[in-house]
Amino acid sequence: MSDWLHHLIILPILIPLMVGAAMIPIDERNRMIKGVMGFVSTLVLFVLSMVLMRASASTEGFLAGTSVYQLGNWPAPFGIVLVLDRLSALMLCLTSGLALAAQVYSIARWHTAGHHFHSLFQLLIAGLNGAFLTGDLFNLFVFFEIMLAASYGLLLHGSGPLRVKAGLHYVAINLAASSLFLIGVSLIYGATGTLNMADLAIKLATISPENRQMVEVGAGILGVAFLVKAGMWPLSFWLPTAYSAATPPVAAVFAVLTKVGIYVILRLSLLVFGANAGVSAGFGQTLLVVGGMLTIAFGAIGVLASQAMARLAAYSVLVSSGTLMAAIGLGHSSMIAGALFYLVSSTLTISAFFLLIELVERGRDAGADVLAVTMEAYGDADEDEEVDEAGAAIPGTMAVLGLCFCLCALLLAGLPPLSGFVAKFAILSGLFGLSGAEPAPALSAADWTYVTLLILSGLSAMIAMNRVGIRTFWASIENTVPRVFVIEIAPVVVLLGACIFLSLQAGPTMRYMQATADSLLDPSGYTQRVLTAPRVGGQ
Amino acid sequence: MEIILSAAIGVLTASGVYLLLRPRTYQVIIGLSLLSYAVNLFIFSMGRLRVNAPPILEPGGVGDLSRYTDPVPQALVLTAIVIGFAMTALFLVVLLASRGFTGTDHVDGREQRSE
Repeated sequence: MSDWLHHLIILPILIPLMVGAAMIPIDERNRMIKGVMGFVSTLVLFVLSMVLMRASASTEGFLAGTSVYQLGNWPAPFGIVLVLDRLSALMLCLTSGLALAAQVYSIARWHTAGHHFHSLFQLLIAGLNGAFLTGDLFNLFVFFEIMLAASYGLLLHGSGPLRVKAGLHYVAINLAASSLFLIGVSLIYGATGTLNMADLAIKLATISPENRQMVEVGAGILGVAFLVKAGMWPLSFWLPTAYSAATPPVAAVFAVLTKVGIYVILRLSLLVFGANAGVSAGFGQTLLVVGGMLTIAFGAIGVLASQAMARLAAYSVLVSSGTLMAAIGLGHSSMIAGALFYLVSSTLTISAFFLLIELVERGRDAGADVLAVTMEAYGDADEDEEVDEAGAAIPGTMAVLGLCFCLCALLLAGLPPLSGFVAKFAILSGLFGLSGAEPAPALSAADWTYVTLLILSGLSAMIAMNRVGIRTFWASIENTVPRVFVIEIAPVVVLLGACIFLSLQAGPTMRYMQATADSLLDPSGYTQRVLTAPRVGGQ
Repeated sequence: MEIILSAAIGVLTASGVYLLLRPRTYQVIIGLSLLSYAVNLFIFSMGRLRVNAPPILEPGGVGDLSRYTDPVPQALVLTAIVIGFAMTALFLVVLLASRGFTGTDHVDGREQRSE
């Protein structure tokens, strides 16, 4: 029985892969069948990832703690392994939740915009889940490519000159980044002779100095590839254009794509370059801090300067990435739990915002947003317009959309009482050492800069969201009320509801995050489980 | 042999990067192809260069590792070649779509204005 349950680990990769492949021969006219298949698949994935998360959080029973799945039944340093621990279970859960919301949203309308939407969507999820589960560097590359290939197709979904242009840039930069990924992986292999992450962590402690240099060069090149995905400042100019050009359900899932880069950086920096790494401990942290802060600054300025809401959301992705990068780079172990909370909360928020934008903008002329910002600069044209019929009824749709927009604004800016605030508070209290029994550490200049930037980025989000919100929802509403289907607004409400749930259940959630952070900070448990996992059926 | 190989990788990378930074989509795709050739050779060389040493076991030769070359980088190269080839094909399609939409082969979809 327990042998059988063991196979649950590989299902998050297999299910979407199989369903995605099975959809391809179905005729494109039967789109609804594909939609339902995709919905069932993501629903199963969501339940499955919940089960896996519960299991990995428990201390005993099946799949407790870190569990290893040996592909082909080869033991760890030789065969490829999938590793399920708290962090990967958390990421699986986040991905499948977003995927479920985007999937439902797409069925209303957007999946008709092009071919094979649902197949590509399933393959994207397969790639994402694979990247979160694998314990092998080269296997990570393969899952990255599956994910990217699907994302190229999805970005181009709906076609049109704007998307093709954004897609061209996106494909080119990611192909170049993939080359860097390969160079980094092969350098690490050349120096250490292993591709297994756990084995690499152990080998690095006792490596000769000249080989150590090669590993560090390899890790640096590898890091650049991940930072391109995560959108670190000088490498992120493709991101706002690509994300704002994508169709809404695609953009909603792309919000988690940048987090894959963050996930790998977090995983590798704590596992391979953690406290046990000897001379190499803390490798690359300065770069992460500086790059992360520049990304926050760039993102915050971009948020203020954005004229269209989709771009505003895309720059918010950068702010969120930058916050996480710098939090990882600062290297205070007490901040990791808060950063993980922020990762979940900000991804849910941005995803909901991407879905919401299209609903709000539907029925408005394309130039309206540009006009709104320009009007700010040159004075209001319709300032003296008559305000008649006092107390015109606000249409129900507009009220729901407006409420959702308010929640997004509060979450993005990090104002109380929602989870955006809890997340930032958790990061800052970790930084100031308020939470733990350990005495407060002396704060460096970098720490103070980080605190300032974190708060300023919230302010800039607040200003930008206020401006856009006033122009959109307090403007005259005659004949511009968008027609919105229930299954389009429902995913947005559910995603925002998840954020509210996170705020209400902040205590238990933070305990889970703290346990996750603790297991990341002490990688010996991870490496031991991976390298000593027994083969199925004895030796 | 080492010098020839490293020079080849260097030249391919340099040309690839140069072409990647050019404004025409066709130059970009050729640049990416050259870059991926360079990367494939580089991965291969990370298994160390050996002459007359097979990567698979011979009957009776088991146990003597000095007679074999490292098989892992060769397997990695195969995967990288396949993925790189598929991605180049995909990029070609996007390139043609862009050309169809904009009528120009400039990467930004429009010609730079002349001074």
